[in-house]
Amino acid sequence: MTLTTSLQDKVALVTGASRGIGAAIADTLGAMGATVIGTATSEAGAEKINARFAEKGVTGAGKVLDVTSADSLAALLESVKSEFGAPTILVNNAGITKDNLLMRMKDEEWASVIETNLSAVYRVTKACLRDMTKARWGRIVNISSVVGSMGNAGQSNYAATKAGVAGFARSLAAEVGSRGITVNTVAPGFIDTDMTKVLPEAQREALQSKIPLGRLGAPEEIASVVAFLASDAGGYVTGETIHVNGGMYMA
Amino acid sequence: MSSIEERVKKIVAEQLGVKEEDVKPEASFVEDLGADSLDTVELVMALEEEFETEIPDEEAEKITTVQLAIDYIKENLG
Repeated sequence: MTLTTSLQDKVALVTGASRGIGAAIADTLGAMGATVIGTATSEAGAEKINARFAEKGVTGAGKVLDVTSADSLAALLESVKSEFGAPTILVNNAGITKDNLLMRMKDEEWASVIETNLSAVYRVTKACLRDMTKARWGRIVNISSVVGSMGNAGQSNYAATKAGVAGFARSLAAEVGSRGITVNTVAPGFIDTDMTKVLPEAQREALQSKIPLGRLGAPEEIASVVAFLASDAGGYVTGETIHVNGGMYMA
Repeated sequence: MSSIEERVKKIVAEQLGVKEEDVKPEASFVEDLGADSLDTVELVMALEEEFETEIPDEEAEKITTVQLAIDYIKENLG
């Protein structure tokens, strides 16, 4: 057999697609034939996505979205639906870190990470769900983190959201399975992106020494797992958390 | 323009995947037409779209039969 991985005629929404893992996911779904809407928090970020799509021959557009704003989301979906049609593939990728030891953590550091990484997943997913139930087909993939399962000192806020989206996915998978919609979570380990470049060298080395495959992952290695889950080939997988971490944490 | 009754019955039939002739006024969505909780939520959303209205949750919960749906639409759009 061959894998059925074409996403022709599908519209995919990928949040946080201007760089890192989100950019790789958007490009990969585009290469599989989907029309991709990649979002960024700024006009400059959206333009960056447009330029990349043009260069790689991806159909779709970069758009501005503040995932913490219901108004920004409503405006985005209205323009996407009229221009491209309703998304039936959603990748909740946008995320931030505001690391601190809990005893020093400020309310704002807690709240903003919860809002962007967890509440936004609720908000964007809910807004896209109606069109998926109508289509009797949908794919929702949340990007979590290995930290959501194994924990990490200084990241109690981030880890809480990353464990949260996995629980969210399991519950929603149970709710909408009858509509042909799958909901899964991909939990990357230590991936070479801007988010991990800020880690101190000593911490990077310590982390790397704990990875059986002996190297950091590439954003494309997360994108390929998301692509599988978004395609017909992954159609019987739902409610799962797929760990992609080079063996750093085996669940 | 079809009557409200006809439009409601058509939506119920489409949404719940049942024959239009089975959509009798007294039919209960859950007991007679086999709807589950997600079906009833989708049904209310479909009615909201068709009649361009918003049905508050506390009202939506009371709409359990075809006739109650017709009555609600008539009262609130009349």
